[in-house]
This record gives sequence, structure tokens and C-alpha cells, in this order.
Amino acid sequence: MKRCLIVDDSRVVRKVARRILEDLKFDTSEAADGAQALDHCRADMPDAVLLDWNMPVMNGIDFLRALRREPGGERPIVVFCTTENDMSHIAEAIRSGANEYIMKPFDSEIIESKFAEVGLV
Amino acid sequence: MNSIDFEFVSGLLRRRAGIVLTADKTYLLESRLAPLARKEGLNSIDDLLQVVRARRDERLITALVDVMTTNETFFFRDKTPFELMADVVMPKMLEENRQNLRIWCAACSTGQEPYSLAMMLDDNPRLTGGRPVEIVATDISTRVLEKAKAGLYSQFEVQRGLPIQMLMKYFHQKDDLWQLSDRIRSKVTFKEFNLMEEPRAFGQFDVIFCRNVLIYFDAATKSKVLDNLSRIMRPNSYLLLGAAETVIGVTKKFEATKERRGLYQLTSQAASGAIRAA
Repeated sequence: MKRCLIVDDSRVVRKVARRILEDLKFDTSEAADGAQALDHCRADMPDAVLLDWNMPVMNGIDFLRALRREPGGERPIVVFCTTENDMSHIAEAIRSGANEYIMKPFDSEIIESKFAEVGLV
Repeated sequence: MNSIDFEFVSGLLRRRAGIVLTADKTYLLESRLAPLARKEGLNSIDDLLQVVRARRDERLITALVDVMTTNETFFFRDKTPFELMADVVMPKMLEENRQNLRIWCAACSTGQEPYSLAMMLDDNPRLTGGRPVEIVATDISTRVLEKAKAGLYSQFEVQRGLPIQMLMKYFHQKDDLWQLSDRIRSKVTFKEFNLMEEPRAFGQFDVIFCRNVLIYFDAATKSKVLDNLSRIMRPNSYLLLGAAETVIGVTKKFEATKERRGLYQLTSQAASGAIRAA
């Protein structure tokens, strides 16, 4: 079973994402900001990260850059999932090492389609 | 909706578009006709059908057929046909050194299929070896063709099947929507066409995509459409059908290729006929 870390400061979004990812047979865990997510990855590197952009403490892009510098941090497939929906944010995310990009609002079809795009389902 | 009304509408759809609607699809009919009635300023589906019956208004009949044709589509739908194009069809075309390659998307809906092909060929120049490729895309519905030509898609639409790198490379934002680049849009020619009609005016093709449209037709219409397609195929050309579609028991003109599923070619009998006709 593949493991996906869901990083979002909204509990509601985490819950919706969790339900969709569990239907796609992922073993999920959650973090409410980038710092929590980084701690989680250092202890237990997941196969995939679904990542919000705007969060308190540490935002998604800073987390991503830090993750990619960690030992083994190049391995997880990172899919951004954010309300930031302009080309400059998308380009910055991909440049910083994101594998895919979801613009909120999302639904199960979009998650499935994007995860299929990067070979996760 | 009563059975007389249902028979009336399903008869109309069968004659006009070859679409078979069984009685268990009454809900579909009602859910699509109600918004049309409202748009026409009519109070109910009953009123709408009365107007259609009484006036035989062509514009209204076209609008009715239009809302009843299924337009569900997305970029790189099902993936496999595009892999077949990259792995089998295009290498074959290059091997035969075929010139003036022509592809027809026979039920293109809002354009995602022909544009996916255009993007794929643009993104992988080795597939065409630099040869120009003409993509003709047709649909029965003028409404979907307008959208296809504009190349404007919602945030939802560009996130189904389209890799983010393709979005970055070929689209730009226009207000709340995403628009395909002029370069990709200019590679596809859109035309209105009813598959029940004779397609010979479009010329001959090397590849025909006819996906997820035959499923709506009865057996006789399926067979007729495939017959028509068989007459406009260049020798050794390819037909791609939808994942749930087959030629078995439908036509003797096409057969599945041995190597790959979903890819069809003219039977030797149909091919010799095509050469004689050409």
C-alpha cells in the first residue's frame, strides 16, 4: 500500500482528501503545516505528498524546497493542491521540484487523474 | 414524461442523429430537456414538445438534438489511443514515408481529442519527423464546435487528463478560463458533420479516431457508419475506436490488428474495394 502525506491547514480539506485517497487505496497521514510535514518526512518518508501552498509556520513551497534537500527527500512524488491558480505559481512549484499541480477546488476525479499522471495510481 | 412523448423524441433522435434511446433513459431525456425548455422561455417539457410538434421549427429541433448528444470528453481520454498513436501508428507512417498525413477525429465534441493529438505531435517532433499533419475534427453539435474552436476550457476541464507540463507549455490564462495557444488551435480544422451522412467530401485519411460515439447507435447505423469510414481510408491506415467498442459482428470492413487492442485496419476484402474505388 502506497503512503500519502496530506499537508493542509484546513481540517476539512484534509478530511475530504483523506477520503478520496483512501478510496484510491492509499495509506494516509496528515500534517497541518510545512514544519509538521517535514518532521513527519524525517521520521517516515512517504511515497507521495499532497501539498497546500498557504499555511502558517511553514508554507508549502518552503517545505518542498527543504524536503528535496533531505536525505531520501527526492523520492516522494509531490502534488501541489492549492487555490493559487496562476501560471507563475505553477511554474515556481514545478521549478522547485513538484511533480504535479492541482488547482482548488478539486474533486475525486481530478485527484485520480493527477495521481495517474505521475504513476501513483 | 408519457410514453407517446418519449416515442416522439426518441424517434426524432434516431432519425436525426442515429441515437438509440431506450425507455430506461427517460430520466436523461427529462434532465436535458427541462433546461432547454426554460431557455426557450417555455413552462415545461410538455410545452417544448408541443412547439416542436406544431411548428417543426428546424432551429428548435437542432437545439433538441444538440442537448441530447453526449459531449463528455477530456484531454488524453483513456491514454491508450494516444500511446497507440505514438508507439504503433506514427512509426508506421514514418516507415512508409507517408506524406501529407491526415487525421480525422469523427466526433470531437469540445475539442479535447484533436487538441490532445496536436499537442502530442508538437511535443514529440520525432513522431512526425517534421512532416505536416492535418487534423480535421467534426461533430454534429454546433454548440460544442464553437467551444472547440475558441479553445477555452475551465479550470476543471484542464485538470482532467492534461499533465501540468502540457498546461504550462500550451495554455495561457484568460480571466477564469484557460486558452490553448494559437499555434495548437491552428493545427485543427473544425467542421460540422453528422456521421449518418456520406463523409467522402472530407477526402482520404491515414488515421481516423471514432471513439465513444458508435455506442449510441443501433446495429444498422453502426454498420453504415463503419462502411462509410472504410471508403475514405488510405491503404494501410488505422481506425481507433473507444474502449467499449468493437467491430466484431458489426462490420466486415474492419478487423482488429493482431498486435494491439483498440486499433483497427481495413480487412483485405475492404482494402481491395477501397483501392478499386480510388
